[in-house]
Amino acid sequence: MPKRDDIRSVLVIGSGPIVIGQAAEFDYSGTQACRVLRAEGIRVILVNSNPATIMTDPDFADATYIEPISPEVIEAIIVKERPDAVLPTLGGQTALNAAIQLHEQGILERHGVELIGASFEAIHKAEDRQLFKQLVLDAGADVARSHIAHTVDEAVGFADDLGYPLVIRPSFTMGGLGSGFAHDREQLVRMVADGLHQSPTTEVLLEESILGWKEYELELMRDRADNTVVVCSIENVDPVGVHTGDSITVAPALTLTDREYQNLRDIGIRIIRDVGVDTGGCNVQFAVDPATGRVIVIEMNPRVSRSSALASKATGFPIAKIAAKLAIGYRLDEIPNDITRVTPASFEPTLDYIVVKVPRFAFEKFPGADATLTTTMKSVGEAMAIGRNYSTALQKALRSLEKRGSSFHWAGKPGEKDALLAIAATPTDGRIVTVQQALRAGASVEEAFEATGIDPWFLDQIVLINEVADRVRLADALDPELMRFAKEHGFSDAQLAELRGLTERDIRAIRHASGLRPVFKTVDTCAGEFPALTPYHYSSYDDETEVAPSEARKVVILGSGPNRIGQGIEFDYSCVHASFALRDAGFETIMINCNPETVSTDYDTSDRLYFEPLALEDVLEVIHAEAQSGELVGVIVQLGGQTALGLAHGLAEAGIPILGTSPDAIDLAEERGAFSRILDEAGLTAPRNGTATDVDSAVAVAEQIGYPVLVRPSFVLGGRGMEIVYDSPSLVDYFERVRDQAIIGPGMPLLVDRFLDDAVEIDIDALYDGTELYVGGIMEHIEEAGVHSGDSACTLPPVTLGRDIIDRVRSATRAIAEGIGVRGLLNVQFAIGAGVLYVLEANPRASRTVPFVSKALGIPLAKAASLVMAGSSIRSLVDDGLLPVQDGSIVPMDAPVAVKEAVLPFKRFRTAEGRIVDSVLGPEMRSTGEVMGIDRDFPRAFAKSQIAAYGGLPDAGVVFVSVADRDKRSIVLPVLRLAQRGFSIWATEGTAEVLARYSIPTRIVRKHFEGQQAPEGAEPSIVDLINAGEVDIVINTPSGRSARADGFEIRTATVAADKPLFTTIAQVGAAVASLEGGDEPVTVTSLQDYATARAARA
Amino acid sequence: MIDAPAFLVLEDGTRYRGRPYGALGRTLGEAVFATGMSGYQETLTDPSYAGQIVVQTAPHIGNTGMNDDDPESRRIWVEGYVVRDPSRVVSNHRALRSLDDELEAQGVVGISGIDTRALTRRLRDAGVMRAGIFSGTDAALAPAEQLELVRSSAGMSGRSLSAEVSVDAPEVVPAVGESIGRLAVLDLGVKASTLRHLAERGFEVHVLPQSTTIEQLRELDPVAVFYSNGPGDPAASDTHVELLQSVLREGLPFFGICFGNQLLGRALGFGTYKLPFGHRGINQPVLDKATGRIEITAHNHGFAVDAPVEGEVESPAGFGRVEVSHVGLNDQVVEGLRALDIPAFSVQYHPEAAAGPHDSTYLFDRFRDVVLEHRAGTTDSAATDQKDAQ
Repeated sequence: MPKRDDIRSVLVIGSGPIVIGQAAEFDYSGTQACRVLRAEGIRVILVNSNPATIMTDPDFADATYIEPISPEVIEAIIVKERPDAVLPTLGGQTALNAAIQLHEQGILERHGVELIGASFEAIHKAEDRQLFKQLVLDAGADVARSHIAHTVDEAVGFADDLGYPLVIRPSFTMGGLGSGFAHDREQLVRMVADGLHQSPTTEVLLEESILGWKEYELELMRDRADNTVVVCSIENVDPVGVHTGDSITVAPALTLTDREYQNLRDIGIRIIRDVGVDTGGCNVQFAVDPATGRVIVIEMNPRVSRSSALASKATGFPIAKIAAKLAIGYRLDEIPNDITRVTPASFEPTLDYIVVKVPRFAFEKFPGADATLTTTMKSVGEAMAIGRNYSTALQKALRSLEKRGSSFHWAGKPGEKDALLAIAATPTDGRIVTVQQALRAGASVEEAFEATGIDPWFLDQIVLINEVADRVRLADALDPELMRFAKEHGFSDAQLAELRGLTERDIRAIRHASGLRPVFKTVDTCAGEFPALTPYHYSSYDDETEVAPSEARKVVILGSGPNRIGQGIEFDYSCVHASFALRDAGFETIMINCNPETVSTDYDTSDRLYFEPLALEDVLEVIHAEAQSGELVGVIVQLGGQTALGLAHGLAEAGIPILGTSPDAIDLAEERGAFSRILDEAGLTAPRNGTATDVDSAVAVAEQIGYPVLVRPSFVLGGRGMEIVYDSPSLVDYFERVRDQAIIGPGMPLLVDRFLDDAVEIDIDALYDGTELYVGGIMEHIEEAGVHSGDSACTLPPVTLGRDIIDRVRSATRAIAEGIGVRGLLNVQFAIGAGVLYVLEANPRASRTVPFVSKALGIPLAKAASLVMAGSSIRSLVDDGLLPVQDGSIVPMDAPVAVKEAVLPFKRFRTAEGRIVDSVLGPEMRSTGEVMGIDRDFPRAFAKSQIAAYGGLPDAGVVFVSVADRDKRSIVLPVLRLAQRGFSIWATEGTAEVLARYSIPTRIVRKHFEGQQAPEGAEPSIVDLINAGEVDIVINTPSGRSARADGFEIRTATVAADKPLFTTIAQVGAAVASLEGGDEPVTVTSLQDYATARAARA
Repeated sequence: MIDAPAFLVLEDGTRYRGRPYGALGRTLGEAVFATGMSGYQETLTDPSYAGQIVVQTAPHIGNTGMNDDDPESRRIWVEGYVVRDPSRVVSNHRALRSLDDELEAQGVVGISGIDTRALTRRLRDAGVMRAGIFSGTDAALAPAEQLELVRSSAGMSGRSLSAEVSVDAPEVVPAVGESIGRLAVLDLGVKASTLRHLAERGFEVHVLPQSTTIEQLRELDPVAVFYSNGPGDPAASDTHVELLQSVLREGLPFFGICFGNQLLGRALGFGTYKLPFGHRGINQPVLDKATGRIEITAHNHGFAVDAPVEGEVESPAGFGRVEVSHVGLNDQVVEGLRALDIPAFSVQYHPEAAAGPHDSTYLFDRFRDVVLEHRAGTTDSAATDQKDAQ
C-alpha cells in the first residue's frame, strides 16, 4: 500500500503563535511534515501566522502563507491554491480546531478538499467527552466517573454525586486551559463558569478526583492497514493533579511491570483503532491507582502533541515525519527507520538510557500569580536530558533549566523536615528541590510519598543522590574513583565544588588531571541491536565512546536552551539557519542544545547533535570530544540568546575559538560605562542616566535626571524587574517590592534612565563584517517607548519615519557596530522623542526579530550572519546572491507592509483568589509568542495581525474608554472614528467629559469600587458590565502612579471575558485604521509570490 | 565503587569490572543481550534462557520487585545476570520481595555497574560469546585463570538442554470452559503463559517430559501436539525431531513456538543455523504474510530455520508443500512456518508474549481453529469411510 497517487498537493496548517500549551514543538513537527511531503514530490502549501517558525521559511514549502489561521483566510488560500488535501494533525489544537471549522462550515466539501491525517469523525470522537468516554468503556477500559454539564446549576447538582475535590475539564480547549480541581462549591461555580466560556461547545466535564494517582502517557502510531506501534511510554514523576506539561516526566516508564505496561498498550491500541486515527499518531494518557493498579484513561489527542515531540527526541523515532508519510498513504513497514536505515519504522523503539524532561516556569513575570501547579498548564518551556540512569538524567535536566536553585544543593542546613514536607505537599515550580531538602532533613521516603504522591522509586533516587553527596562531602579526599562515582549519578563540577568547598574550575582541573571525562553514547532506537548511522549523542560516565572520528572542518553551534519568556523559538530559528548555511558552505555542523521542542534538536538538522545541558562543563566536554579529530574552526555563541552568549567567556578562557563578535566586544555593549564612551565617540545620545545601589541614591539620581525614569537591575534578562517610575514615592515602593529578590546592591547597581514619554521606539537588525554594514530591517514600534520591545507590535517597513530618520538610524548603527567590534549580528534599539534620536541599547547577537525581518523582507539574515562569523564578507554574500543587493534600510513604496504582534498569556495566570493577573503592558516582557500580518498597506497588515493574535476586532458593539490624564488628548480622534463607524461609546466620568467636548455621544459608566461594597440598587459597574459580556472592546491606559495600577479590575475582567483590550493609545490608533482596512474581503499572498514581485522590482 | 569488584569476562578476553549482584561466586554461560524495557521477572524465569548469561540493555532493573503472578516457570533459569543499575527499592503494589533477594536465594550470580551498552555493541559486532561472571572470592582469581575457565566452558552450538528444563513426569492443566480435547505439550522449556493461553482455548493441556516416546503419545491419544520454546541447539535434538515426524505422519495437528518452530523446520527437512547475536527483545516487527499485517512480537532465539522466505517449497522430508508464513522485518529471518498439505504450523517468536506485546495471541485461536477443523474433517471422513464400508 504505497503512497497515494491522488494527493499531489497538501495544505499544512501550522499552530500559530507560541502560547503556553502549544509551543515550538509544533514548529518541529510542522517542519518535519513539510520536508517529508516535499521530498515525496508533493506540492506543499503552508499556512501559519507565526513568523518566528522555521516551517514558515520559504524554503520549506512551495507556497508559504503567513496569514491568520481562520476559516475565512484558509478558504481564500484553498481557492487560490486548490490543494487536494488538508493536513491538520501536525499543528496542535489550533490546526485541529481550524479543521473542525473548515468541515463544519462546509468549506472542505465546497472545494472538494480531503482531510488527511485524521478524519473529522476521529477528531470528534477523541475530543467530545461523552463520545470518548463511551468509546473507552467499549474498549473494555475504565474512565473516571463523570458528568457533562452545560450550565453552572447542572454542575452543582453533579458535584453532590461525585463529591469534592473534583476535576473540571472544558471540551475542546488546549493545554488544559480552564481545567482544574475544585475543592468546594465556591471554586466549582467560578471554574465551571469560566470553563463554559472557554469551551467552544459550552460544555464542561466534571469528573471524580484521581488526584495523586500515577500518570502515564503512550505515544502511538497507526497506518491504514491497521498496523499500530507504541513509540514511547512516558511516566510522570509528579502524580495526577499536575498537567503533564508541568510535570517532571521520564521515559521510558520505570515503575510498571510488563503485565501492567502491556495492559496500557492493549488499551491504547484499542483506543486509537476505535477513534479511527488510521494515518498518524496519537497520545493516550492514563492514571494508575498506586494502591490497586486500577487503570483509568484520562484523554487522547488524535494528533501529534508536545509529548510526541518529546517522545521523538527521547527515542529517535520521528513521529511527525512518520505521521506525514502515513497521511499520504504509506504503511509503517514501507518507511525505513532513519537511524538504522536497514530496519523498518514498524517497530517499537527500545531505550538503553533514561530521558527526563523538566518544565521551565515564568511565575516571576506575573507578580501575584498563584504558582501552584494544576491541570492547567503554566510552564513556558522545558529542558530534556539523557543519561544512562535516572539520577544522571534528572540532574542533567535540572541544570539544563539554567535557573538559580533549580539543581539539587547541599549548602547550609536543609531546614526543618516537617515544614519542608508541608511545602512539598503543594506542587510548585522547584518542588523536586524542596523534596530533596526534606529528605536531607531526615524525612523518610514514606513521609515524602505521603506528602507528595511521588512514587517511592523516584524518591529513593533522590535519597541516593543525597547519599552520594554525603560521601563526596565527608571523604578525606576527592579521589578519582569517588569522583567517577559522583559523575555516574550526574553530579556537575559545580555541585562537587560546592560539596568540597572548591571552585568549579578546581574540580575540573582535578578531574581532567585524572583523565576523567564523559564518553558519548548514541540514541539509536534499538538499544544497540543494530548499528546507528545518525550521530545523535549524549554524555555518560561510562567506558566506551561512540563519537566517530571525522576529518571535517567543524563548527559548534550553541542553542538557546529551554524556552522562556524573552528567549524562545526565534533563537532556535537562527541556530537552525546557521547550521544549514554552514553545512552548505562545507563545514561539519555540531549542535548542542537541551530543548526537546525545537527543530535544532532534530537529528536531521545538523551533522551531529549533542543533547546536553548548555552549561560550561557539558559544552566543554562535547568540544573536547569533537576536538579529537578534524579541525575545530570555532563555536557560534551569538545565535543562542543569552544562554549561549553567557558561555562565551568560559569558552574563550578555555582557549576555544569563538566565531564572530568576540566575548570582550560583547561586554562593551553590556557594560554601561564602556558603551557610553562608544556613543560619545560616535556623537550619539543616550537618555540621561545614572546608577544607584540603594534607595536613597536612586531617588537622588532620579530627581537629578527628572521623572519619569526607567529603572532596571543590571544583569537580568527579558526586562526582569524593569519598571517605569513616575515619582519618588513610587521609587521607594519599587525598592520595597524587589528587596526579596536581592537583585540590587553593591556590584549589582540599579540602572536609572530618563524615560522618554511619548517617544517612538525603533528596532534595527543588522549585519556587520568589519567593513560593511548590511541592514536587515528597521522596525517601528506601535506602542510608545516603555513597552518591552518583545511585547510591542511593530511594523516593517516603518510607516511614520522619514528618510532622514532612517539615515540617522543607519549611520548610528554602523558607528555602534564599529565601536563594539561586531562580527555578525547586531540589534540596536532607538527612541525618537522631539526629533532627537536616542540609543536605548545595543545587543551584538541575534535578536528576537531576526526571523520576522527575514520573512517580511526576504533577507536570510541568520544564514548570512553565520557565514560572516565563519569569515565571509558581506560583499561576497551579496555577490553570491545570498543577500539581496538592496539591504533592508530602504523598502520600495509598493512593497508589502508586515506587522508583528505579540501574544500574551495573562489568561493562564491567576492569583491565589482565582483572579487573572494584571494584563497591562510594561517594560518587562511577558509575551510568549508573536504573529505576523502582511498585506499591501499598514491597516490591512495590522488587521491581519490582530485576527491572527486573538481573532480580530468586532466591527460593531460597545467600546469602553477609560484613559489616564496624559492620554486624554490623543484618545479623542480614534474614539470619534469609532463612534462614526457605529460603535457605542461608554466611558468613565473623566474621559466622558473630554469626549463630550467633541460631541461624541458617550454613556457614563461607574468605575469598579475596589474593596468596597457597591451600594444596594446601584447601577452596575464597568466590571459588572464586562463580566456580563456587554462590552466588546476595552481601552484602558493605566496611570501607572501606584504599584497596584489603577484599572487592574477592568483589565483582568476584560481578559477573562476574552475581549480586545488596548492599554496604549498607539494601539488604538492602529486598531481603528485596521478596522477601516478590514472592510474589503481578505486577500492572501504567499511569501514566494512576494519574493517574485520583489525580484521583478529589483 | 569502593565495594568489592566483580568481573565479567568474555571468551575473546574482554574484561569488564563491575559490582557483585545477586549471589556471590562464579558462573559460566553464553552471553546474550535482551533489549526489553519491561518484564525482567518473566525473562529470568523463561526456561529458554537456561545456559545463558543475560545482559539487560535497559539500565534500571528490579524497580517493581518480584511477585507470584508473573513468573513463567518454577525458577530462575538464567545462568548469570548482567545489569547496569539494580534498583535499591521495590515499588509496585503487587511486589512481594526484591529481585536482589530472589537472585541471591536462587543462587544466581550477577554483576552490576558495567557499561552494558558497550558490552551489547561488542556482542552485536563479534557475535554471542561464552562468558563468565566472577565475584566474591572468585573475583580474586587471576584474570588468565578466569579467561581459561570461560574458554573451557561449553558453548551453545551442538548443546541439548531440554532435559534440564523439562518436567520429569506428565502434568495436566485443565481446559478453561468446555474441553475440545487433550493437547500433548512436549515440554522443552514451556512457559506458564503458553499453557494458560492453550487452556483458555479449550485444550486439556498435558505437559509431557521431553523424553516422551511416540508410543506414550499414542497412549495419550491427543487431538493435537504442541512443541514449546526452550533452550539449546535445535541441531542437537534429533529425538524430538523424529518424534515430531511421527506425529506429522499420523496427521495430528501441530503447533510449535520458538524451539518448536526450529524442530518443525528440521522435521520438514530444513536446516537450522545460529544467528550472530540472536533476537532477544519485545519490539520485533514480524510480517504475517497471509494477512499483510505487522505484529510487534517478543523474541528470544539464537537459532533460526533455513528456508526460502518467498513462495512455496516442497518439504525435503516428504511432508508436502511448505511456506514461510512469518518473516522478521528487521533482518528477513524466518519467523514462522506453515505446512500446506498437513495441519502443522509454527512460529519462531512468542505469541504468549510475557514479557512482550499481545499482538500475536491470535495464533492460539488459529491453532484451536485448525484443531477443530481437523477434527470435523476427520469425523466427516470417518463418516464417509463408514458409509463407503457399508
